[in-house]
Amino acid sequence: MKFTPSDMLSMLVGDPQADRMVPPTGFTARLTVITAAIMAFLAVFALALSLAAGRLADRWGEELARSATLRISAPAEQMADQTAAALRVLETTAGVASARALSDDEQRALLEPWFGPDVPVDTLPIPQLIEVIEGDPGFDAQGLRLRLQAEVPGAVLDDHTRWRRPLVEAASRLRLLGWTSIALIFAAMAAMITLAANAALAANAQVIAVLRLVGARDSYIAQAFVRRYTLRALSGAGIGMLAGLIAVALLPAAQAEGGFLTGLGFTGPGWLWPLIIPPLAAVVGFVATQAAARRTLRELS
Amino acid sequence: MIELDNVAYSYGGGELLSGITFDMQPGSFHFLTGPSGSGKTTFLKLCYGALVPTAGHVRLFDRDVRGMTRDDIAMARRRVGVVHQDVQFLDHLPVADNVALPLTVSGRTKIDELANLKELLSWVGLKSRADALPPELSGGERQRAALARAVIMSPDVILADEPTGNVDWEMSQRLLRLLVELNKMGKTIMIATHDLALIRAAKTQVQARVLRIANRQLQLAGADL
Repeated sequence: MKFTPSDMLSMLVGDPQADRMVPPTGFTARLTVITAAIMAFLAVFALALSLAAGRLADRWGEELARSATLRISAPAEQMADQTAAALRVLETTAGVASARALSDDEQRALLEPWFGPDVPVDTLPIPQLIEVIEGDPGFDAQGLRLRLQAEVPGAVLDDHTRWRRPLVEAASRLRLLGWTSIALIFAAMAAMITLAANAALAANAQVIAVLRLVGARDSYIAQAFVRRYTLRALSGAGIGMLAGLIAVALLPAAQAEGGFLTGLGFTGPGWLWPLIIPPLAAVVGFVATQAAARRTLRELS
Repeated sequence: MIELDNVAYSYGGGELLSGITFDMQPGSFHFLTGPSGSGKTTFLKLCYGALVPTAGHVRLFDRDVRGMTRDDIAMARRRVGVVHQDVQFLDHLPVADNVALPLTVSGRTKIDELANLKELLSWVGLKSRADALPPELSGGERQRAALARAVIMSPDVILADEPTGNVDWEMSQRLLRLLVELNKMGKTIMIATHDLALIRAAKTQVQARVLRIANRQLQLAGADL
């Protein structure tokens, strides 16, 4: 059968009369609500996982793709010359937006976590780092390497692709896994509601027979069940979503250099995403019950 | 209004009814008799579209049952009041709501209809029982509530299957009087029963015709009852 969102809405505000036709059921009703709540709770986490993995993949992909590092190892007296030569090469390379030698202070800051704040950088044979920002389109790393080899023998180009690609791949896979989990959670919810609705339809065979006898149309009979299960899925998922959001909010905050796990959660408008879980659960409940009711009613006289 | 044209009906292997032709005239009063298991209930079910004949044609209000959708059948049932042998109600709703059920499911819950409901309940003598739940009713009260439910939509036809099956003589007389009154108001009545005393009692009050199902056939019984 066909139904539009407005049909669904009018049914929800709908006809409480039709709802009264079916006797209230305590235990199975609570079970349906609780299961919907659990599913929504899990969906919140799967959603958080997907969004965090997506952020991670984007960040690694973006930041790392746009920059490369040139490392120059040379005797102290040649360092300045080689650096200048490398910068000249980079400036004339197509696809390099900008290149900049890191200052001593910046290099010291990079080393600080390992050597402490008082490293005498100027007296140590530390390689000079040049930060290369890629243009669009990017440069040809292999060609650049060959040119550098000729003009700046001490230079090593690291364009990060070697370790970036598997990380981005892993993060993307994780995101896919998250969305798949959400799809599976809703499929399980649909199956659960179908089972519950079938049980309710079977338990109320007498009610359905009486309603048919006095001239009720199938849509009227179905409505009593559909309305009920849609509301149960909606309210259960609402409760589960709130619980899930609270649990996510209570996770330890992500650190600046945050690993992956502490980054699990929502940021900014991402907090709005879980709000679609209850309406989605309601749609799932509506469709599943509608289908179950149609199927059952077709078999009756 | 309800026409059966060379109708047959078989369950599984055996044929229960065959070659039945019958045209229900508006305003008529029929009794349907026959031994138990002869097919009285099946005949009535064919008349309100609960069963589709295995051969022949049944027409409800000039439409062939085979060509009707489930919704068409539902609409036709609003014009046919049915009283079952084992009356079923919505046990969680009070008697008044059960009697008003046909109005509710067809979306007719206006105030004047509800006034009708009160009148109807006192007509079948259930005014004081309006708030009782169906399982609290006696057999006779259930039959009267079922009759009230069957007529609340002011249907053209009333089909009653053993309406006096579980009630005493006194009560069956009362139910019969209600049905006779309805017939005098222009309703077409068909009562399936094997209670010959009831038929005899009816014949003193109304021009009733008696149909008998025997050997899978429908026959018009003589005046010998």
